[in-house]
Amino acid sequence: MNIIVCVKQVPDTNEVKIDPVKGTLIREGVPSIINPDDKNALEEALKIKDRNKDVKVTVLSMGPPQAEVALIEAIAMGADEGILLSDRAFAGSDTWATSTALAAGIKHIGNYDIIFCGRQAIDGDTAQVGPQIAEHLGIPQITYVEELNIENSKVRARRALEDGYFMIESKMPVLVTAIKELNEPRYPSIKGIYEAYKGDKVKVLSAKDIKADENNIGLDGSPTQVNKSFTPPGRGGESEIIEGSPKEQARELIVRLKEEKII
Amino acid sequence: MAVKVLEEKCIGCGVCVSACPFEAIDMVDDKAFITDKCTACGVCVEKCPVEAIEKEEEKKQGVNIEEYEGVWVFAEQRDGNLMNVSIELLGEGRKIADELGTELTAILLGRNVNNLAERLVKYGADNVLYADSPLLEVYTTDGYTKVICDLIKTRKPEIMLIGATNIGRDLGPRISARIHTGLTADCTRLDVDLENRRLMQTRPAFGGNLMATIICPNYRPQMSTVRPGVMEKAKYDENREGNIEVFDPQLTEEDIKAKVIEFVKEKKAQVKLEEAPIIVSGGRGLGTPEGFKLIEELAEKLGGVVGASRATVDAGWIDQPHQVGQTGKTVRPGLYVACGISGAIQHLAGMQESKIIIAINKDKDAPIFEVADYGIVGDVYEVLPELIKGLDNIDEIIESVN
Repeated sequence: MNIIVCVKQVPDTNEVKIDPVKGTLIREGVPSIINPDDKNALEEALKIKDRNKDVKVTVLSMGPPQAEVALIEAIAMGADEGILLSDRAFAGSDTWATSTALAAGIKHIGNYDIIFCGRQAIDGDTAQVGPQIAEHLGIPQITYVEELNIENSKVRARRALEDGYFMIESKMPVLVTAIKELNEPRYPSIKGIYEAYKGDKVKVLSAKDIKADENNIGLDGSPTQVNKSFTPPGRGGESEIIEGSPKEQARELIVRLKEEKII
Repeated sequence: MAVKVLEEKCIGCGVCVSACPFEAIDMVDDKAFITDKCTACGVCVEKCPVEAIEKEEEKKQGVNIEEYEGVWVFAEQRDGNLMNVSIELLGEGRKIADELGTELTAILLGRNVNNLAERLVKYGADNVLYADSPLLEVYTTDGYTKVICDLIKTRKPEIMLIGATNIGRDLGPRISARIHTGLTADCTRLDVDLENRRLMQTRPAFGGNLMATIICPNYRPQMSTVRPGVMEKAKYDENREGNIEVFDPQLTEEDIKAKVIEFVKEKKAQVKLEEAPIIVSGGRGLGTPEGFKLIEELAEKLGGVVGASRATVDAGWIDQPHQVGQTGKTVRPGLYVACGISGAIQHLAGMQESKIIIAINKDKDAPIFEVADYGIVGDVYEVLPELIKGLDNIDEIIESVN
């Protein structure tokens, strides 16, 4: 069985802070990581590989050359090989253009039974690329997956809803997007790290290599454009600090709440 | 690239380098140089003190946008019940349609849900397109995508709004990929550029650290998923009338590749944060999971519900449905009480629209105080018990002041 896992290298947005004076992002020392949901996607692929010797797991990413680090980490965790789509022609892609490039990369790889993606990346939070890849490939999708089983060449998955879940069944090939409830990602083993860095297991491919349609990639191939970006406006108005002992503070607050007609 | 440095104007000051959220600008020979990491977000254009960075709008491909008209809203229903976000979309869609001087159409898919079609009209839809089929009773990606794409291809709306629920975020990207148009995820604000009939779609980006306004100039429909709980609900008008068109969609069993074999409703955490008039939230400052008992007690006294910061959810102190913030829920209650919450930007993004904010925190420099109307610098475990006690004696306290 052939499994492809799509991963994205992202800045750890939990570590990003705002400079209170300049209102700009402070990014010094913000580490790059494999997107968390993508790690759950990878873990699920590796679990299938653990149970079944003839499973090949390929990790696929699109990004600048330094995104290779994310693929090496994935290989250290247990993936067999990595493919990085890296080309200036991909720069500035929105989700449509990203998904066409990744779909072209997947077609280039060829055989696949399951494609795993994380539900969404923490630097964009769109959750769009997975389903869009599935559509470009013309295969079914199961998103928000929190439990997965493979039975007789069929995938059966528990798909989370806000108020319950669906059990969904699909033939392969199928694209699955993972949420963090699906599993607990493993750490790379020492041997894995050694092997990953030693070997020449990451291939870098250009837009031409994968025969990506140049009208559908990069900034020019993106239907959406960023019109403007800005730091979120703060709330206007002053805040009033209530002083005193805890008891006095509590009583004063109650008076204010009464004035505001809340109580 | 769409962002371009005008070298003759660039003074090499480096403001853009530190302003860029994506580390996409380097200094080469004392001039700014835009690298591959650029996402054309435009932050540098705004920050450049000498107007040496420009953004060009590209127009290359696309569709004949004049053929497209009307605002569509996907009216998501589950088990015969309209989702709240559908009513919010009708409220927002109505405003947009009125501004553009066009009609608002609700798209309803399901089985035997005629009563919902009626309600959609009363909530402001001019038209309801209702696809009635046993194959649409439960949501499937394949079934819903096919029916809606067939409608879009023949009727050509200029805007389509979908609630950013777990289902809407499965459906939206699949439709946009099939139609070949842009989709903006999880929008928190929509405006109209009347001159170009463009939908200005604003959403948090970069983990809520930035807001971005996205446009889709050359493709139609302009599609957005919209975050639940953010837009105002449409008003129900018993006397409103509209056209309801019921049709039997072209859909067969074979079209549905990923089949739903079971739909389980769980009463898990029916926390309706988005609708609560009062929310009392706890953060890492509580120190232990037991702290939420106090939070619950205060919430109950005030007639509100319990919210939480991401840190406490990640630590397993409380369930995820309680989470407020960028990756949780966006709320705007009449009163938000933040207890032991420092106010990370991701949290603020989810609650700063609240009418009144009270912050209780030991650290007087915590960012939460910047958005609070009333701040108490103090220990949650000392202040909350006094507050709970005081709420039993409101009259006496008020009298003692007067």
